[in-house]
Amino acid sequence: MPVQLQHSGYSAEKLQSLTESLPCREAQASTLLALMGEPDQYSYPSIFIYGHRASGKSYVTLRVLKELELPHAAVSCVECVSPGLLFEQVLLSLFGHTAASSLPRCPSLSDFVRLYKQLCSQNPAKQTRYIVLDRAELLRDMEVNLLPGFLRLQELVDDNVTVILLSEIVWDKFRPNTGLFEPLLLHFPDYTKAELQKILARDSHPSYPQELYSFYINILLGVFYSVCRDLRELRHLAALNFPKFCEPLENGEAKESDTHKLWRNIEPHLKKAMQTVYLREISSVQWEQQQEMMEKEAMAPKGLSAYTHVELPYYSKFLLIAAYLASYNPARTDRRFFLKHHGKMKKTNFLKKHEKTSNHLLGPKPFPLDRLLAIFYSVVDSRVAPTASVFSQISSLVTLQLLTLVGHDDQLDSPKYKCAVSLDFICAISRTVSFDIVRYLYDFL
Amino acid sequence: MDLQATTSSVSKGCFVFKPSGKKRKRSIGKYICLANSDDRENGKQRFAICQRLWGKIKGDTEALQDELNKKILDSLLEFSRKWASSFQCKPDDWASHMRANEIPTAALVLGVNVPDHDMTLQSLSDLLQSSVTPFVVSVQAKECAALKHLMQRVFERLMGVGITVDEEDEEESSHCNTAVHQKRVHCSMNTLCQWYKSVTKKYSAVSPDEKRSVLNKDALPNPPVVVIFKDLEGFNPRVLQDFILICSRYTQELPLMFIFGIATSPSTIQNMLPHSVSSLLCIQLFQSLSCTQHLATVIDKLLLTHHFPFKLSGKVLQVLVSIFLYHDFSVRNFIKGLQLALLEHFHSQALSVLCCEKKEALLSAQTLSHQDVERIRQLPSFMRYVESQEPQEQVELLTSDERVKETCEKLLKNLRKYHKNYYPVLRCLHSLTSALPKYPLGKQIRELYVSCLEKNVWESSEYGSAMQLLRMLAKDELVAALQKCTDVLEQCKAKKMKRASQQLKEYISKFEKLDRHSAGDNTAEDFTSPEKSLQKKTDLFHLQKTLLEMKESRRTKKMSPFEVLRNEVLDFISSLVRTHLALPDEQPLHEVSYFSSSAVLRHHLNATPRNSIQTALSHPYRYLQNEALKTDAGTVSSAAPDICIVYKLHLECGRLINLYDWLEAYSTVVSAAEGKDPESADYGKVDELKHARFIQAVSELEFLGFVKSTKQKTDHVARLTWGGC
Repeated sequence: MPVQLQHSGYSAEKLQSLTESLPCREAQASTLLALMGEPDQYSYPSIFIYGHRASGKSYVTLRVLKELELPHAAVSCVECVSPGLLFEQVLLSLFGHTAASSLPRCPSLSDFVRLYKQLCSQNPAKQTRYIVLDRAELLRDMEVNLLPGFLRLQELVDDNVTVILLSEIVWDKFRPNTGLFEPLLLHFPDYTKAELQKILARDSHPSYPQELYSFYINILLGVFYSVCRDLRELRHLAALNFPKFCEPLENGEAKESDTHKLWRNIEPHLKKAMQTVYLREISSVQWEQQQEMMEKEAMAPKGLSAYTHVELPYYSKFLLIAAYLASYNPARTDRRFFLKHHGKMKKTNFLKKHEKTSNHLLGPKPFPLDRLLAIFYSVVDSRVAPTASVFSQISSLVTLQLLTLVGHDDQLDSPKYKCAVSLDFICAISRTVSFDIVRYLYDFL
Repeated sequence: MDLQATTSSVSKGCFVFKPSGKKRKRSIGKYICLANSDDRENGKQRFAICQRLWGKIKGDTEALQDELNKKILDSLLEFSRKWASSFQCKPDDWASHMRANEIPTAALVLGVNVPDHDMTLQSLSDLLQSSVTPFVVSVQAKECAALKHLMQRVFERLMGVGITVDEEDEEESSHCNTAVHQKRVHCSMNTLCQWYKSVTKKYSAVSPDEKRSVLNKDALPNPPVVVIFKDLEGFNPRVLQDFILICSRYTQELPLMFIFGIATSPSTIQNMLPHSVSSLLCIQLFQSLSCTQHLATVIDKLLLTHHFPFKLSGKVLQVLVSIFLYHDFSVRNFIKGLQLALLEHFHSQALSVLCCEKKEALLSAQTLSHQDVERIRQLPSFMRYVESQEPQEQVELLTSDERVKETCEKLLKNLRKYHKNYYPVLRCLHSLTSALPKYPLGKQIRELYVSCLEKNVWESSEYGSAMQLLRMLAKDELVAALQKCTDVLEQCKAKKMKRASQQLKEYISKFEKLDRHSAGDNTAEDFTSPEKSLQKKTDLFHLQKTLLEMKESRRTKKMSPFEVLRNEVLDFISSLVRTHLALPDEQPLHEVSYFSSSAVLRHHLNATPRNSIQTALSHPYRYLQNEALKTDAGTVSSAAPDICIVYKLHLECGRLINLYDWLEAYSTVVSAAEGKDPESADYGKVDELKHARFIQAVSELEFLGFVKSTKQKTDHVARLTWGGC
């Protein structure tokens, strides 16, 4: 049974509507309210709220602030490519347009504090001001003084202000070496299955009864709960697949009470959705089109990952093969593979201890350009002049991200590369030039 | 050049002059004229023809590209229009309320031929701009190293003003004019939304009539904002993710749309973007035409036609095609190669004045100068022609200019006729042989074309095997192939081809008649019976025996009417091939329109930096053109530059080179150059100057990557190349 939020500072009606709009988050909301105290009281300087994606962090926070009509500034840190933008947005929503424009170009934290102080002396706070910083983990990558500064902003500007940080990462990952003011931590746990069911069932389709929709959500969660607990994504999936669920009802094949029949109809469909549209293999629009076409033809559009074939120029293919061999074979074994008269070398003879593990499990190793070219010239079947275009192909393979440059690209002298393609990919490539790559791989010897 | 005149600086320094477009054109003109400075008029004329032809190639290829891309561009336009209209009237029903706000994204797979992408994307953005929305932005990976740069580029190009993010960009943007300076705004998504609102308001305020004139009639009040990521692979995944996250927050206010240009495969999207980000996109895939198909069409339209007087010889075409297939897959580079061949032809071949349209060519044939006539007489193909004439005629051709001009006109006409017949027959042969198993004459028409250009195709063994395979075709296949041939031949206007197609048609009707005749009697039985008996016998000896018998019987057996007819048709085709696919080298005056110096082309297009360095070091004469440096193969004159001597000496060493020995040897060689007496005491002695020169030369070699310092042995350097003299 939902608990009524209670707080002496606010009217009962507002609290009532707030409770209704925050299903399954009453406990967190009431903690937050308790922390905030009454509007005119000083609140704790900084609060850190964390929890997984779509666990209602920003929704609850903003809802509370809006519903109770408290002065606040909500900023998403991902948008603030520079600290200046962050300051500007905070000042804009707390003090209005003129305040934000008086920021100097490229402001620092002290500029912000100075301006804030100046503005709040003209316009002292009657209620606690709140600054909500969404995706606060990005603050760590900005200037070093930003995060500590915001945490004790109350102290710095000497105003009744509270900074609420929202993040998906736990607080431990925020602490810098220099130490900072510890905020109050508030955790938003994941919704349980029952909670998800309750929340999702709230937005039922207007033309169908509530129970039917709730039943549908039940089936949906049965399929998707194991892979996805993101409320937003679940809602999206529910909306996408609901027409299919209703199809037997519309056609008159089943009645609303025929739950088993409805389940039989939708379950395989949802499973298919899990493999395609949930992974964004095909877009939601294509998914819908496919649903409409389903009866006419069974041909489904191929997903994005089905197109892995890449057409490459002839020498690029061999360069890529050479790069793959250089990445996955130990350099000592090159003699064995690429010399005509290498003598007898058994695998056991030159095996070192650490090489016994498969190179494919360890991932690609970097190799110098010289080695790549040496292998290239020995695998390619015709004589190739060392022309500029062979070299330019290497760099175009790098831009295509089939090879990666190791180290800095300033290093002109013997650059090192890694091969970034999978075994399947390289096998497909070498098949087109009829080159048996498996014979040249140390792991498969 | 007049470079000195334009620099007023007194101090020494480097001055960069960017060549303006006009200047360059003139220099090409000069380049062609300079080849033979004696007849400028001729050069000018050639230059004009060259320019005209190039203009034609360029126009044709661009039209071709547009045509080829039409399908994919149309579907992209359709995609964007659909979304644009869905932005207009947001359906207010339950589903759209529930659905997550996805950004429509078109994943455009363009293939690995990156140089060609620009043209496609440019025409795409032009099309979008003209028919869907004025707000189209293209961004490249290299200009968006960080998120703020990406935002800045997008904002700048959308709003058309300089936008600053930080102080550091101050300098960069201060180049913008002052009017823009005042309008500078912070680049936050909010600003963009406000700007968009104001612009669309202004836009919808414009009266409908005016609007129609500004854009085309189906312009929408809320046109989408399209961002084209030209090379998705190059973008930093973090930057892209953040940008998508930001944009997804504003989908309500700003109708955004993305187009990803992908070079490899669509799965790169999944490699770059995590599920949390890719779930914000509604990705639809568009696959563009493969570049090999594109090349095939270009060759088909540009080279396999008589409309275009300039021709490539087999070797040159092979060089261009192999660069395409082996190295870059780029059609643009292929056309650049064609341009180079064109330029080189008009530069090196003085008689290329005759390489133009028929009327013009005949006209210029009449007005040839005496010198040009002499040149014609010296052409090998013309000489052969003269030799084949009557003695009386031969004398006239060698003495009278007028006679040569007349003959020249005649020969030009013949050459033109030859081309008119050549290509239809080539296509005809290709359509017959392209369906054969194992493709004896090549799958693509360009392969057939190259082999036809290199030697008489009917003498090749491949042709023989193709003909043999054709002689085994079943009737329906043969008739279908012949039908294709007649279709090809009917399209051309030449009389001979018309006649040939007529004959082929007759053959086809004969085949059909045959069908009706043989419907009654059952000849098939005869054929099957020996095979049936074959199956019974498993013994090897018997098998051999029956096979021999069968062979014998087949030889002696009377051919069925179908077989007779089939042989007739194929003989007819063969005769067509023999008469029309003769080598171009055998045609008189072929030098006028065929460009054959493949070495020049390869030299220019397939640069070999390493070889050039080695040549320069071992044969300095090639680059310095100093007579004193001319030596026999394998030796270096002692007057050569220091680095050449040092290089030569180092070739004689093993993997490790003793620096002191090297210096001694060097000083001996250099002393010889100074002309000192070998007997004198200080001959070969190392003085300071020589020492310094030696050290400089060695460090130059190190810079070029021939030696490097080593710690294995003191006073030694390691050689980095193998082999020696």
